[in-house]
Amino acid sequence: MPSPQTIAVAMSGGVDSSTVAAMLRADGHNVIGLTMQLWNQRRLAEHEGMPEAVTGRCCSLDDVYDARRVAEHIGIPYYVVNHEERFERDVVRPFVAEYLSGRTPIPCSLCNNHLKFDQLLVVAQQIGAECVATGHYARVEYDDVRGRWLLKRPADRSKDQTYFLFGLTQEQLGRTLFPLGEMTKLEVRERARAHGLALAEKPDSQEICFVPGGDYKRFIDAYLSERGESLPETAGEVVTTSGEVIGEHGGVHNFTVGQRKGLGVATGSPLYVIQINGADKQVVVGRDEHLYSRELRARRLNLIAMDELREPMRVSVKIRHRHEGAAAMLEKLADDEILVTFDQPQRAITPGQAAVFYDGDIVVGGAWIA
Amino acid sequence: MMRRIYLDNNASTPVLPEVLEAMRPYFGEHFGNASSIHHHGQETRAAVERARNSVASLLGCRVQEIVFTSGGTEGDNLAISGLTGEGDHVITSSIEHHAVLHACRHLEEMGCEVTWLPVDSRSLVDPDDVRRALRPNTKLISIMTANNETGVLQPVEDIGKIAAEADVYFHTDAVQAAGKVPIDVKNIACDALSISGHKMHAPQGVGALFVRRGAHLQPLFYGGRHERSRRAGTENVPGIVALGKAAELAMQGFERGDDKKMSALRDRLQQGILAQVEESAVNGEGAPRVPNTSNIYFDHIEGEAMVISLDLKGLAVSTGAACSAGAIEPSHVLTAMGLRADRARASIRFSLGKQNSEEDIDFALALVPEAVARLRELSPAYRKMVVR
Repeated sequence: MPSPQTIAVAMSGGVDSSTVAAMLRADGHNVIGLTMQLWNQRRLAEHEGMPEAVTGRCCSLDDVYDARRVAEHIGIPYYVVNHEERFERDVVRPFVAEYLSGRTPIPCSLCNNHLKFDQLLVVAQQIGAECVATGHYARVEYDDVRGRWLLKRPADRSKDQTYFLFGLTQEQLGRTLFPLGEMTKLEVRERARAHGLALAEKPDSQEICFVPGGDYKRFIDAYLSERGESLPETAGEVVTTSGEVIGEHGGVHNFTVGQRKGLGVATGSPLYVIQINGADKQVVVGRDEHLYSRELRARRLNLIAMDELREPMRVSVKIRHRHEGAAAMLEKLADDEILVTFDQPQRAITPGQAAVFYDGDIVVGGAWIA
Repeated sequence: MMRRIYLDNNASTPVLPEVLEAMRPYFGEHFGNASSIHHHGQETRAAVERARNSVASLLGCRVQEIVFTSGGTEGDNLAISGLTGEGDHVITSSIEHHAVLHACRHLEEMGCEVTWLPVDSRSLVDPDDVRRALRPNTKLISIMTANNETGVLQPVEDIGKIAAEADVYFHTDAVQAAGKVPIDVKNIACDALSISGHKMHAPQGVGALFVRRGAHLQPLFYGGRHERSRRAGTENVPGIVALGKAAELAMQGFERGDDKKMSALRDRLQQGILAQVEESAVNGEGAPRVPNTSNIYFDHIEGEAMVISLDLKGLAVSTGAACSAGAIEPSHVLTAMGLRADRARASIRFSLGKQNSEEDIDFALALVPEAVARLRELSPAYRKMVVR
């Protein structure tokens, strides 16, 4: 058994992180439970169209209650730390801004980069914990040959969360534990039951934690109106790939690349959103085949498996969380810009999402699709 | 077992052994409903009235003017809702406890006008501001006796005079003052004053509201004619007995000069910390304070991390005000005093109780400077400053 460490566990009130805390405690570590209070779920409740009470999700009182009960049950100190200000600045505002400029953001990655593996690591260090453990399905390993921390896909591929973790730095990875990396979700639930955790059967959370019911359009309206800001004018033209204006739309933030429904244009053959030009407020539509593309450019590169991309590299690239990954060549264009050339054209490459590069199980790195 | 020292008595205090002893028979042996006519009811009725007598003595009022409640929040709500009606104007301050703050916000929603007075950098309300805020329809002034976060004592006697001259009701939330400093409702000239048991070594779930005879108070609850129809509901006899005993002990304490001993202990803690930690200072310095409280800011630290670090080492203190989820929100009191946001977040409240000893202060003095130093070591801003 490894020597006992002081470990802060990021507890969301869900099965995964609760089981992590119970496992580490059973292994004899000095475990401190922390829940990040990131968003006041009641904040926009009074706005039109927003559900009144939000339960069973991150930062709701129910989840804090669940996490606290787990901590009490397994006998560890537990604290709620408030990072609402930072969350709003680094996750919520960029989320809104991305949609309004016609892109499709991933708030979970921003939260991981700026909150869970940044602020939480700071808090952990401040309270004397050597590292932070979370309930993410991923593996982290030190590679002696490369002299680097590696992020790897988990044993349970169906729960793989590495796509959301591509932004982690070496320093962050070096102080992070993913104890569920070798386990399947079924095994995790079994362990939860074995530790007597009442929430072993609690369903997984799916949606973006601060957007109740997944209706991000309503959220944006409510958020801006709460702040006394008016929704910027994002309405514009619907044009075809050949530039023909065939209609008007109510705002670029209502669309995502690949979307078919809700275009408000009647035509014979099915039309899809091919591209969103935030600057011109144009939504470009076309046939399914126009959605396919062999190339993408991405910015704000973070490399994990190596310090620099010196020469083009064969990788498998995931362009969204639920994407299988596709074979491609990765090369550097400029200091902060990379080019991905796929062997086979890929459908609906979406600006604002991440392109994450894999070499087998190893996460090479990732960047934000431009 | 880790040694644990508790310096968060403004949040709650331990029930004193004498208080526990006094209330214990009323859980089993003397269990009657104080409204019953038989022997069992007479026993508990007598106990409730003895306790009422003690609480009235503590506050310098008549026994008929004491209404037992479930605690400070109920007393505040009962006074504020009970003394006002639609169309009335109410004057309060921006540093009140949430029990007053939110009760007044509710009044606004119910058609009252509320003036929220500012405070100065010491967290003091200016009585002239109160005078200037008066309107023809002003019905109630509600200003706390002592602030829960800074311990600063407000000029309630001056405000009482203003209220009396203007013929306006004056309520004061004395939850953080009762048992710590002598209180006399005649000197304050208030019409209502709320206190809470668990802030003065009685248990949680009991409190009292002084309501001046003649004040027209609408009840919050409807039911039996308990508490002269001002508070329906069977009396919490063990709690009330405990509050009475705690009031007696508080009065005996004042006679012995316990409050002076308490303030000497607090000053030793405060001076010890300030002497060992640079860039720290007392919030509310220069204003009169209750003897048990010291709120200190430590530049370049996060109060939240400090509270957790100290708790993991066995010292209980607090920062800001705890919300229902147990997360820490920036203090509205420190913000209203004009404290910079980072300083408000870097502030720690130490509050002593009757159970604290010199050794407890030594324990805190051994932990606090070290914790601050360690947190500053980890603060990029502080490191940069030190290097420069």
